[in-house]
Amino acid sequence: MDFELSSEQTLLKDSVDRFVKDNYELAARRALVASDLGFSKDNWDLFAEMGWLGLPFSEESGGYGGSNVDVSILMESFGEGLVVEPYMATVLLGGRLVEMAGTADQKETILAAVIEGKMQLAFGYSEPQSRFDLFDVTTTATASGDGYVLNGHKGLVYHAGSADKIIVTARSPGGQRDKAGISLFIVDANTKGLSLKSYRTLDGQRASEVILDGVEVGRDAMLGAEGQAFPIVEKVTDLAIGAASAEAVGAMRRVNQMTIEYVKTRQQFGSPIGSNQVIKHRLADMLIEEEQSKAMSDMAAMRADMAKETRSDDQVQTASATKARIGEAAKFVGEQGIQLHGGIGMTDEYAIGHYYKRLQTIDKLFGNVDYHLRRFSDAR
Amino acid sequence: MDLSFSEEDLAFQQEVRSFLTENLPADIKDRSDRGLHITREHMILWQKKLAAKGWIAPNWPQEHGGPGWSLSKKFIYNSEYALSGAPGVSPFGVSMVGPVIYTFGSDEQKAKYLPDILNTDALWCQGYSEPGSGSDLASLKTRAVRDGDDYVINGQKIWTSWAHLADMMFCLVRTNTEVKNQEGISFVLIPMDSPGITVRPIIGIDLEHSLNEVFFDDVRVPIANRVGEEDKGWTYAKFLLGNERNLVARVARSKYQLTRLIEIAGKEIAYGGCLLDDPDFKRKIAKLEIDLMALEYSELRYLSQDMAGRKLTAEPSMLKIKGAEIAQTLKGLLVEALGIYGTPYETDVETAARNDGPIGPDHAHGNQADNLYQRAATIYGGSNEVQRNIVAKMMLGL
Repeated sequence: MDFELSSEQTLLKDSVDRFVKDNYELAARRALVASDLGFSKDNWDLFAEMGWLGLPFSEESGGYGGSNVDVSILMESFGEGLVVEPYMATVLLGGRLVEMAGTADQKETILAAVIEGKMQLAFGYSEPQSRFDLFDVTTTATASGDGYVLNGHKGLVYHAGSADKIIVTARSPGGQRDKAGISLFIVDANTKGLSLKSYRTLDGQRASEVILDGVEVGRDAMLGAEGQAFPIVEKVTDLAIGAASAEAVGAMRRVNQMTIEYVKTRQQFGSPIGSNQVIKHRLADMLIEEEQSKAMSDMAAMRADMAKETRSDDQVQTASATKARIGEAAKFVGEQGIQLHGGIGMTDEYAIGHYYKRLQTIDKLFGNVDYHLRRFSDAR
Repeated sequence: MDLSFSEEDLAFQQEVRSFLTENLPADIKDRSDRGLHITREHMILWQKKLAAKGWIAPNWPQEHGGPGWSLSKKFIYNSEYALSGAPGVSPFGVSMVGPVIYTFGSDEQKAKYLPDILNTDALWCQGYSEPGSGSDLASLKTRAVRDGDDYVINGQKIWTSWAHLADMMFCLVRTNTEVKNQEGISFVLIPMDSPGITVRPIIGIDLEHSLNEVFFDDVRVPIANRVGEEDKGWTYAKFLLGNERNLVARVARSKYQLTRLIEIAGKEIAYGGCLLDDPDFKRKIAKLEIDLMALEYSELRYLSQDMAGRKLTAEPSMLKIKGAEIAQTLKGLLVEALGIYGTPYETDVETAARNDGPIGPDHAHGNQADNLYQRAATIYGGSNEVQRNIVAKMMLGL
């Protein structure tokens, strides 16, 4: 048992930190967010070159066999820079689903292309009525000839607009909220009957409402066994919660750094505002929240590494405890970051608000504080 | 980064579990379960068992009698200790003065005091606060003046926990009035039976006697009883505070109390069902449990950092702030769980003297006393406000 980084992990952290420093000045990020694509293709190519797109996949799958701790290191640094490339959607959601549930053929065609940076994926798991319940699925898959017909509405599908393939959950048998009966389908972006209503999210990312209207897919579009996708979806999203939590830790760290710097320079009543005890104590609490979050994020990654591919007894408790704790911390740190910056913190021009917005979207990703407090206690 | 345990670790876990189960007396466990203060006899009995096993001081270096455990073993030991329901080891000797003596003391002091601390042959108390020196501890006035081979000590300490049971006191005294407050303090070890010492009880809001005033009237203490250099006592005092990080986070104790809270909430009837099924109460427990988990892994993370040789600064202060807040929330919930039976209040002695059975459910007894006592957790050892000052200064440069 230890919390120290290995020398390889230190190298990984240094290279991601360097990428963020070189490419994610606020102005550069602002330009990416305003661009048609919403992120940088050049950055994506660089991710492929650095091996980050294959980081979590096993060597048998053509990846680099990285651990969940490795993924957390990368995501924490991404969080510091508010990186907008679709790493979560393509690698940590789509890619992992394919690796865990896919046939040899699916892995070979899709994962290889993902790792090379030639294919992007999106994952539609929410619906307008599902709120945060992954098993609440009304999208239907009806057997037809040699394949299936999909009908339904997937909400807030991150980066669906730029994805080559969209993976969706759909129900063949069973009721709306049954855990059994859910299947995964891989749908090509240009399939007939698939339409997207795309938009920008609060934190400058891209997402879509995805409408499936009589979408015909072949039998080979199914990912994993029919009707048995839920445990895989839960596993992949619980792992992604760990990664999102690491990202939040990185974002909180930057908020705290910026705020400390600001209160040391901003003068009022003839002295830096940071000389007031009320400000010192607020910042001490912000640091404590960041530190408690870092410990949870590290713990989640290490426990996930111990459990590897299987669903361990504490998977749900670990993910939900981490998400709930970090959601509370992020709310406090983000809000107080703006508060201590005063008027300038309210401007779009200044960085702090952008961090606040990213932290808010992370809270809503895969379930907010309330949702996970509830999931945590129901799992007891 | 790695959380896994080796085969050896798992065998160790079994060993700890069986030892604690087989050796913890039921009456000691029962008092501890209820949050009642341990008696002097129980403390000595229990701590001697741990000492005989070599487990009394997990964080001491091996050369001074510590077990030399890895991080995983410390984690396992603390977790198992918590689960066993055993009362915490008295902090004043093992966690506080012991490390100061083995780090800064003379060879004679090490030989004289460390074995007694490990074996609980001497109970210690802490002479820090004074009537005019609480959070501003460095302003303390208790004066030690040299006279031959002795210091002659005059002054007063206050809020001295368990002074009435102690054999020894580690005490901060002023040896120099000509310099800055922090630079004129010395750290001395005082036998409590020295002529001129008077201990007066202070009855707490829990109606119990744990606090005292201690008066010094021309008390002679050999200069040889000073730890380290004269006027450098403030450094040792700060070291002491930083070194008791295991104590300040109180993770193990809170984990045990949490299982007790869940047990009690499962027995309490509420809203036509049991309290544990009430979504509001359940949610409060979940939040507490998660906060405690974050605290536990923070502590492990800092311990790992320390063992890797990267020096800690105000991390223990962060643990103290969260640890005390969590402990207080927990005690608050233990009382809240009792409904109307959080209101009757008798001291332990009064309850013991009854022959008509407990008031309210049996599990109610002791919870409110513990809740009242725990209000001190955010005050002693440097109040949470002082800890935030330390964090701001040392970690944020404010």
